[in-house]
Amino acid sequence: MATTTSPNNPVLVSAQPAVAKRSRLTVQQQQRMWGMLFMSPWLIGFLLFTLGPMIVSLYFSFTDFDLAKQEVTHWVGLQNWQYLFQDPDALQGIKVTLVFAIIAVPFGLLLPLALATLLQSKYLVGKRILTTLFYMPYMVPIVSGAFIWEAFLNPQTGWLNRILRLFGLNPPDWLQTQSLILPALLLMGIWGVGNAMLTMMATMSGVPTELYEAASVDGAGPLTKWRKITIPLISPVIFYNLVLSVIGLMQFFTLPFIVTNGTGDPNKAAYFFNIHLFKTAFTYFKMGYASAQAWLLFLVALIFTLILFGTSRRWVYYGGE
Amino acid sequence: MAAATRKFGENSAVNTAPHYSKQLRRFTLVALLLLFTIMLLTAFLLPFGNMVIISLKSYTDLSSTANGPILPVTNQMFTYEGTAYPLYNVPLPDGTTKQLALVKPTRTVSQFIDPANVSAGLIPWTGNWRGLDTVYVLAPEWQNYPTAWNDINFPLIFRNTLVIAMVGMVGTLLSSICVAYAFARFPIPGKNILFLILIGTIILPTQVTLIPTYVVFSKLGWANTWLPLIIPHFFANAYNVFLLRQFFLTLPKALDEAAMMDGANPLQILIRVIIPQAWPAIVTVGLFHFVFAWNDYFNPLVYLAGQPDLQPISVAVQQFNYQYGPHPELVQATSLMALIVPVVLFFFAQRVFMRGIVITGVEK
Repeated sequence: MATTTSPNNPVLVSAQPAVAKRSRLTVQQQQRMWGMLFMSPWLIGFLLFTLGPMIVSLYFSFTDFDLAKQEVTHWVGLQNWQYLFQDPDALQGIKVTLVFAIIAVPFGLLLPLALATLLQSKYLVGKRILTTLFYMPYMVPIVSGAFIWEAFLNPQTGWLNRILRLFGLNPPDWLQTQSLILPALLLMGIWGVGNAMLTMMATMSGVPTELYEAASVDGAGPLTKWRKITIPLISPVIFYNLVLSVIGLMQFFTLPFIVTNGTGDPNKAAYFFNIHLFKTAFTYFKMGYASAQAWLLFLVALIFTLILFGTSRRWVYYGGE
Repeated sequence: MAAATRKFGENSAVNTAPHYSKQLRRFTLVALLLLFTIMLLTAFLLPFGNMVIISLKSYTDLSSTANGPILPVTNQMFTYEGTAYPLYNVPLPDGTTKQLALVKPTRTVSQFIDPANVSAGLIPWTGNWRGLDTVYVLAPEWQNYPTAWNDINFPLIFRNTLVIAMVGMVGTLLSSICVAYAFARFPIPGKNILFLILIGTIILPTQVTLIPTYVVFSKLGWANTWLPLIIPHFFANAYNVFLLRQFFLTLPKALDEAAMMDGANPLQILIRVIIPQAWPAIVTVGLFHFVFAWNDYFNPLVYLAGQPDLQPISVAVQQFNYQYGPHPELVQATSLMALIVPVVLFFFAQRVFMRGIVITGVEK
């Protein structure tokens, strides 16, 4: 903080005569003004595009606001919220989203962790190129990714089923089978494992080697070292990825929307909550009800995040504290 | 290595033996690990191979031989008296198999011609010709790419994507640099709380702000224009501010102070002192935004669904592929065309990308 150490520096004050003359602002105050000025894009944006809309959508959730009708909007109290828990499509959406999250979160953490461990191994050669290639699918636009996987999982021409047939199996039509659509979406999601993998790798490489050496002296094997040193020391980044993946899964939309052409079929087995929200808002234009859904999503995401932060004290290691 | 040679020199061969076996073990470990990783990587990248191969198949190849050869192939033909006939592997009565062209197929006795010996005339063959194996030749259908390019009007959606991405990039850079500068250098009351709120917006689901924003943009007449995809980026975003702030904090304050002594105001300091030192971070943020805008599907879907002429690549490709679903070869060709720019950009700038991801993901 350069400014706090020299608040009464006469040279600096005289460097700004115009401002100083008018209101005798101290350097500290001038700095504050400049700071607020530079901060203003975000402050204005936060009010206009985040806080304001949040409050308005909470208000909408208690109205029958319908963008398709010219009628006056009425206050309907908790009607939208009550209907939310009776609407079979909304309940299906909640179920699908939660079930998928429960399957996907462990995969979304363990797979990048395993890959990061593998790619950080001192016995592995060609790490750079291998890391780049494992990361690459993350760069593929979701739209391309969805169509690439649709072709890959195609029951006749797709390579996955060709390979399975080589082993004498009778592989299914993944995307049309009710019990297999979620595993198929999981496969597609796992493809973008690169980001979590990379953050974990970077943190692993920052673990002090003395710790490993000391553990070796004490006779610890590689697995013990990984469990007792690597995992605790990278737990902050595991936590960060855990929070992001839970939030991301609550909002899971684009992939199932494209893969199922917006239907969530077969038999609504991939009817995620956000597909329902999107349809309510942009197919039926029931903005009041859709706002209630959005707020439910927000509250659930908030509760999950708070629970995660609550448990983090038990298992996340922060070196400084 | 040095230790090994020293030992070898000063001692007998007895001591090198365990060392040798240790090296051998290490070498085996390295080889096995590499082999395992490459196998894993191959499985990981298999969908790309599937995409490329399907995109090069002809429509007839795809529809007629769904379970046929993996590679893009066509029937090998032989022209006899001005007409092309398909070649088959025909088992002959003498036990050999010959490649013969099927001239006259019937269910019981078909007429073939031997391309190597045309003068022998038609050869009758007893049996159902449908049970015979076709002779294939490799025939990648490169024409799929120009077809997809023209059908989807790629130059137009390319232009749309570029405009949306570039203008948004300018906006996010201008605003995020200013805000990051404010967080890194200025004594603002409640700065820590503001920073926490900023980071908190990362976990905020976009849906909760979506509907009022959409309603306001529609009332402003901005629906079916690019403005909703561009204007919000002029108000900074948490990831970019965080990344830039982290970088600005590493820059020495002495240079700022020297410029201040020379009478520069904070804006001049930002432009002349901070920005010239911060190019790596600025390039990272710019690239991140470009890739984000290129890949973004949800916002264009909401705001441009009814405006095919203004759609960026993501929504345009999805809508095209929805219509052309029965043509997997064109769907795969467009998927490849949509991913080529971000993926190539990543390969050229992978250091920049990876460092940026590490900063935003690790230093929290």
